Amino acid sequence: MSRANDAHIARYRTMRRIRTFEERVGELFLKGESAGSMLHLSIGEEAVVGLTDHMRDGDTFTTHHRGHGIFLARGADPARMLAEIGGRGSGYCRGKGGSMHIADRGLGHLGANAIVGGGIPHVVGAGISARNAGSDAVSVAFFGDGAMSQGILYEAKNMAALWKLPVVFCCINNQYGMGTRVDRSAGHRDFPARATAFGLNGARADGAEVEEVFEAAQDVMDGARNGRAGFLEIDAYRFHGHARMDKSPYRSPEEEEEGRQRDPLARARNRIGDDITLDRIDDEAEAEMDKAMEDAIAAAPPDHASMFEDVYAEGTPPPRPQRERLMDILGESA
Amino acid sequence: MTTTYRDALRQALVDAMEDDDSVILLGEEVGLYGGAYGVTKGLLDRFGETRVIDTPISEPGIVGAAIGAAMTGLRPVAEIMYVDFAGLVMDQLANQAAKSRYMFGGQIGVPMVLRTQGGTGRSAAAQHSQSLEAWMMHVPGLRLAMPGTVSDAYHLLRDALRQPDPVCFIEHKGLYTLKGEIGPEPDAPWGQPAIRRKGTDLTIATYSRMLQEVLKAAEALAPSVEVEVIDLRTLNPLEDEVLMDSVRRTGRCLIVTEAVTTGSVASEIAARVTEQCFDWLEEPPLRLGGEDIPVPVAPALEAASIPDATLIGETARWLVTREAPSWAA
Ligand SMILES: Cc1ncc(C[n+]2csc(CCOP(=O)(O)OP(=O)(O)O)c2C)c(N)n1
Ligand SMILES: [Mg+2]
Repeated sequence: MSRANDAHIARYRTMRRIRTFEERVGELFLKGESAGSMLHLSIGEEAVVGLTDHMRDGDTFTTHHRGHGIFLARGADPARMLAEIGGRGSGYCRGKGGSMHIADRGLGHLGANAIVGGGIPHVVGAGISARNAGSDAVSVAFFGDGAMSQGILYEAKNMAALWKLPVVFCCINNQYGMGTRVDRSAGHRDFPARATAFGLNGARADGAEVEEVFEAAQDVMDGARNGRAGFLEIDAYRFHGHARMDKSPYRSPEEEEEGRQRDPLARARNRIGDDITLDRIDDEAEAEMDKAMEDAIAAAPPDHASMFEDVYAEGTPPPRPQRERLMDILGESA
Repeated sequence: MTTTYRDALRQALVDAMEDDDSVILLGEEVGLYGGAYGVTKGLLDRFGETRVIDTPISEPGIVGAAIGAAMTGLRPVAEIMYVDFAGLVMDQLANQAAKSRYMFGGQIGVPMVLRTQGGTGRSAAAQHSQSLEAWMMHVPGLRLAMPGTVSDAYHLLRDALRQPDPVCFIEHKGLYTLKGEIGPEPDAPWGQPAIRRKGTDLTIATYSRMLQEVLKAAEALAPSVEVEVIDLRTLNPLEDEVLMDSVRRTGRCLIVTEAVTTGSVASEIAARVTEQCFDWLEEPPLRLGGEDIPVPVAPALEAASIPDATLIGETARWLVTREAPSWAA
């Protein structure tokens, strides 16, 4: 089997793990084991793997609220992710952040963000760090089409271009920001043009074709490693509602049907053609994610005292629990 | 007729828009989607695209555009989906909307309403669960209203839309399904607190969703401790005589907020009560608020990070009778 084909199969595997993981997130919610319902599935957007495959150890990234898949592609442990999504103490962020705030410094994940656009400028600073350290690390900001309307993106793009930073802005355009289709939020829809206008290396790729994303991302990522900040739009479709409670009444079943034809997994499977291998990969992903979900559900919620930790760094006294303050004021010895 | 907080808010918008053509709405998902929490459902169909405007995800732009519209004769209701996004809009709000009338020598007012919602209760985590009213209360020139009942949801929003200056109108995500009646008249004039329950032993001042918890606690304490419950509702500017009268009668004051305690509305009210009621007080005014931490996502921790009826009741009894709750023994 050719090297190229091995790489294609590897990307298929990562995409399959993402999809199966996201399906388990949906089940976690249905079982009442998730912390809340603000869970945003990245099903349909798995071709982001075409970009993450160019990332290396030492690279950093930030994501938006729909970032589970990106983090999995960068090596996350699905059980710890599901534990975080379930608000368990064993989760990546000790059950404090949840689905929208997963991070892991060790894997270069500087944080998922629930403020649209909130994490974008951080890659500019990470780019300065990499440059000043003389490393060849790249920092990538992942965000949605909705963030194309946030002013801070334009500040960040300008700084990245001005200072020739090793930074990539990756817009996963799933056509919707909540119920607003992109033609109702953008006066001019050529997003790469908004990047080249700022002096960035701007590109677009079809998010239904992971290999196309891989090729487009090659130039953008290589450029960034050499100090030419870049922008890549991945043109995809959000298969499900915005969050778990959203049934997408603002779009037609016909449109959804058509959108779901643009399925990067089905396309990759057809192209690779090796059903036996791919079926085995599918089964492995199912087993892996089943086990991860079992572990997450069995995990304990965080202990009460941990609530006061991490507000400030160790060494600073934690905020005083209110009951202690009341005891000082009203207690016996008071 | 029984209705909900959500429907009362919608009714207020509909009535205001029927009465006054200059009222427009703008914000994310206010039109086609009907509002993230369903408040503006049906308004796009009813009033059309020129008056119900879906915007891109551009919060400073939304508030800034509302300011310009208000300066030039419209009466905009700008919606910011979560009060947490105040971080993005504080320049437009605090430096532009709030200061225009003053800086420009009284020439240019900004009669707009910023509708938003805050609070915990949905495991929405640290960036979608805050109670940031103190940020707005700190800015002269802004008015601040926070309805805690169905009737106030209607009447305070109507009143907000009659103010000549910018009003921050903060709803609570945990109240949208609250049931109640819309009274024929507001429970108190705009700018003044409302007495929600009469009592003789202790005054509890509160607002927004905590009002419901305080009322529960007060019912459970009666008749051994009779609590007077004051709903602050229009937090700034606040004509506080109703509150001070109450504290002078009861001699004790507890202020309950969901917001973190340090630097809170409760801190301001405690200071005023101390200044104005010192000679009548049996005890210093006491604050009971959210823990001084970001809101954690884990449901049990989230719930433990803010007061509830049990803690309010325990604290109130402790304050009045010196009977300590079990955890303080
Ligand atoms: C600053 C800000 N504004 C609004 C929201 C509410 N909100 C959450 S996700 C979302 C849509 C985002 O769309 P997009 O950026 O395309 O990401 P997608 O959800 O499609 O992945 C909105 C409006 C928010 N979280 N932050
Ligand atoms: Mg989108």
